Amino acid sequence: MKQKLEEIRSQALAALSEVSDVRELEALKVEYLGKKGKLTQILKGMGKLSPEERPVVGQVANEIRLALEEGIQSVRERLNRELINQKLKSEVIDVTMPGTKKDLGRKHPLTNILDEIKDIFLGMGYEIAEGPEVETDYNNFEALNIPKHHPARDTQDTFYITENVLLRTHTSPVQIRHMKSHKPPIRIICPGRVYRSDAVDATHSPIFHQVEGLVVDKGVTMGDLIGTLQVFAKGIFGENTKIRLRPHHFPFTEPSAEVDVSCWGCNGTGCRICKGEGWVEILGAGMVHPNVLRECGIDPEIYSGFAFGLGIERITMGKYGIDDMRLLFENDMRFLKQF
Amino acid sequence: MKAPLKWIKDHVDINVDIKEYIDAMTLSGSKVEGVVDMAEDIEKVVVGKIVEIEPHPNADKLVVCKVDIGSEVLQIVTGAPNVKEGDIIPLALVGAKLPGGKIKAAKLRGVESYGMMCSIDELNLSKDYLPDAPDDGVYVFKEDLPLGMDIRDALDLDKVIEFEITSNRPDCLSVIGLARETSATLKVPFKKREPVVKEEADGDINAIASIEIEDPDLCYRYSSRIVKDVKVGPSPAWMQRRLAAAGMRPINNIVDITNYVMLEYGQPMHAFDFEKLEGSKIIVRRAKEGEEITTLDSQVRRLDSSMLCICDAVKPVCIAGVMGGENSEVTESTRMLLLESATFNSASIRHTSKKIGLRSEASSRYEKGLDTENTVAALNRCAELIEELGAGKVVKGIIDVYPRPYVKKVLKFEPERVNAFLGTDIPAEEMVRILKALEFEVDEEKMTLSPPSFRRDIEHFQDICEEIARFYDYNNIKPTLLSGKEATQGRKTYKQRMEDIIRNTMTGCGLNEVYTFSIVSPKVFDQIDIPEDSPLRRTIVISNPMGEDFSILRTTTIPEMLKSLSVNNNRKIPEARLFELAHVYIPVDGQQLPDERQTLTLGMYGSGIDFFELKGCVEQLLSNMGIEKAEFRPETDNPTFHPGRTARLFVWKNGERKDCGVLGEIHPEVAKKNECPQRTYVAMLDVETLIEASSLEKQHNQLPKFPAVTRDLAIVVDDNVYVADLMAAIQEKGGEFLEYVNLFDVYKGEQVPEGKKSVAFALSFRSNDRTLKDEDVNVAMDRILKNLEKGFDAQLR
Repeated sequence: MKQKLEEIRSQALAALSEVSDVRELEALKVEYLGKKGKLTQILKGMGKLSPEERPVVGQVANEIRLALEEGIQSVRERLNRELINQKLKSEVIDVTMPGTKKDLGRKHPLTNILDEIKDIFLGMGYEIAEGPEVETDYNNFEALNIPKHHPARDTQDTFYITENVLLRTHTSPVQIRHMKSHKPPIRIICPGRVYRSDAVDATHSPIFHQVEGLVVDKGVTMGDLIGTLQVFAKGIFGENTKIRLRPHHFPFTEPSAEVDVSCWGCNGTGCRICKGEGWVEILGAGMVHPNVLRECGIDPEIYSGFAFGLGIERITMGKYGIDDMRLLFENDMRFLKQF
Repeated sequence: MKAPLKWIKDHVDINVDIKEYIDAMTLSGSKVEGVVDMAEDIEKVVVGKIVEIEPHPNADKLVVCKVDIGSEVLQIVTGAPNVKEGDIIPLALVGAKLPGGKIKAAKLRGVESYGMMCSIDELNLSKDYLPDAPDDGVYVFKEDLPLGMDIRDALDLDKVIEFEITSNRPDCLSVIGLARETSATLKVPFKKREPVVKEEADGDINAIASIEIEDPDLCYRYSSRIVKDVKVGPSPAWMQRRLAAAGMRPINNIVDITNYVMLEYGQPMHAFDFEKLEGSKIIVRRAKEGEEITTLDSQVRRLDSSMLCICDAVKPVCIAGVMGGENSEVTESTRMLLLESATFNSASIRHTSKKIGLRSEASSRYEKGLDTENTVAALNRCAELIEELGAGKVVKGIIDVYPRPYVKKVLKFEPERVNAFLGTDIPAEEMVRILKALEFEVDEEKMTLSPPSFRRDIEHFQDICEEIARFYDYNNIKPTLLSGKEATQGRKTYKQRMEDIIRNTMTGCGLNEVYTFSIVSPKVFDQIDIPEDSPLRRTIVISNPMGEDFSILRTTTIPEMLKSLSVNNNRKIPEARLFELAHVYIPVDGQQLPDERQTLTLGMYGSGIDFFELKGCVEQLLSNMGIEKAEFRPETDNPTFHPGRTARLFVWKNGERKDCGVLGEIHPEVAKKNECPQRTYVAMLDVETLIEASSLEKQHNQLPKFPAVTRDLAIVVDDNVYVADLMAAIQEKGGEFLEYVNLFDVYKGEQVPEGKKSVAFALSFRSNDRTLKDEDVNVAMDRILKNLEKGFDAQLR
């Protein structure tokens, strides 16, 4: 009996080692451990054994059953692994093929640059003020210390609607509106669309965009203006950017300055972008003229302030290397998709 | 202002090289736009004398010359037609550099030539600079010059600096003004000199002429001298060259002298032929309505009473400050002059010059406001030059009519306040030094200062700060950041946040942002078939447009969107998805300014793009803006759009239904006219209405704990029943458990009768506190179906 059991054990283990798929494994399991399986049969015949033999044989039979079950389980796991590996192997894809893109749209490059500028100034506690594009002569000129017949009106070829209504030539009227409706401390930027009667070419457009800034408070100094412009220039053109101020004249600021930044193309050594100068003019700035403050009901003996303004097209073209302003308004998808 | 460097150097010593000079001037406020070095490409060109001319043995059109350059005599072959023995000419030696290239020794038809005689073209000089140059051939000097002299010296080739002068500094539209700035910038003395007039002619001006200012509000000062024995002829070469270098054409000695003084002193001058002045008299008065004058450019100008003119006893002889008249012009036969040195009301000159469309060197100075204290000095300089050049004899005396003499301005000198304003630490002594260098008077005891008369722009404390700051150098001011000031909050307004949401949603939907022009042509309305009587045709009109195509402010953004789409279509770009966030400008009765309405425009074409893609973008936007209730209704009578594929969008605000814009397929005729694809989709939405209905409030809903029961419902209804109405009817009777209803199919064709359609919905029911039973849902479904049967004659399929 015992010998028969040993035979079954070696037979079964031998058969198990040759099993190559799950079906064979299941058949083997039935052959030995099934209801009519070889081992089961033996266990059923145990009743005929003597009481002395019974526990001995029983122990051996149980050992064999356990061994077989373990063997079957491990072969099953192996087979499963093989099966999964085979499946995975059959599912290989070429991961170098292009991905399936969700084709998102892009914001216009002018919006991108304006967003960058807004971020810088929002972070410094500025609000964003807005105002109409169709303006009064008073807000656009008179209140800014540019009376009728002032020579500065020459440099701003203005579109007029009526004698007293025009298309704003800068976003400065927003500053006037804001100063008249708010008390200092004032910190605002005013982005927006402006108009000047310039024929369209690679560097001019009758419609373009500006952002201006205005700060009015007690004890605002020209040093504050310069520091603020430095933060702005570094934020837009990079940490290593330097600025240079040149005295200039604007009717609405005094002192006034034109501001250059060190060229982002060559870091100031001279290149095509800066025409060899090392500097690129990007904005105008100054301390708010006392006449302007007074006109807005702010006492220049108590308060002072600074203002600055820049063209968004110019910065955008400079930063992205766009050499023709017309591209910004033509709206070719191949252009828009680049930003 | 173009200023030859040597001319500036007559008045101030420039002790640094040109690069350093222009940088320093730029940083002190006289911006240098550019420098033209007339001698830049000229080297090894010298003065030579032709001592012998022989025919060329092998060529009829060439001659062989011997040219003496002092140190040696060179053989030069030339084809120039104008040379003769004894001529003094510019000779480029072997190895010379010219603007056109280098000169080498060469054999011309077998004869050696060791250089080249130069024409003005070869020296890159203009006929204005050398008016006596022949049109064709070698330049021949009139004067005797040392042989071998460098041509750069012989021809006074100079560096010409172009300064950008701002409108507040008319005093710098002059060599002397720039010399003053140079002096303060480089800390070198300004060489001030008074002109000396000999007054050698007989008589006294007061016995010869009289001057009267009738309109002292427009003419502030009129200073005049008389010159006799005038000899009109060319001015000397040095003067011609300086004028030409500064950009003015030499005419004759008298005109050249007046121009020379204008450039040097910044004071425009005029010379009248005195014998043509009737009554020997000058009257400065407003023109009479309709008076005419022929100006020096031979144009007849009609004057009106807003214009100031210089008249004799009878007629206008000059438009004051703008241009002289032909009737008193200096000609070769002129024997006697009246010289004018005057100042006028700047606004009046500006107005006149604009009105008659004539802007001269004189008017562009006058319109900025000139120094009344400068007229006599300039007049004397003019007289001095006339004497020096032998152009005439100056009569004794000046007639100087100056109704309201200049009164010195006195301002406070406040060094501490200056430093507090600039954020600097400049010692008071340094401020005094700077101001004095600029010819300010500073009284350090009374702590007052007076700007010089030519600085009319100095009025306020801040103006003084600028003067000090620009010579301290703006870039030496220490940058600070509003430290110690009251904190302010930087944040976007609700509207600005909504605009960000709009842009982000649009790009998320695959649309690309565009910017288009807001000034358009009145033709755009026909371009999109807007009816003749549409209120959209009432626009804001530009009174001085650049042309009709650019003359009104838009009331609709659709034409410009179509234009952007057509640009892409014409360039064979297969699909385009665009959006624009911009204004339209709606005139409002009784208001000065229009209503500028923020508008969102969507535009798209391409394969697979249909109405529902456009609508999907709009629905996504509504959802992102937190707009809960919206309705799309068919719009069949909009001539811009396809009558069967267009909807009007309504949103609700506080229970009120508001028109929010239109979306749809562009009418095929309109698409064709605008060179857009047949199937082009556009939406134009009013952003302000969207924002009014929007909300950023969010409220969390508990996630469901109990399962949903879903049911499908397919019904057959008349073809013209709207799905939105069916869905509303389902919602209406859905009961408390109806979670959502989705459309999943619309079918027409087999098994559905003609004129009908089958519409299928998926409904989901769910309770928050229990698992629903079939009975619960059946009751609701019965109710829904009954409602559909009643309202739409629907039949269950």
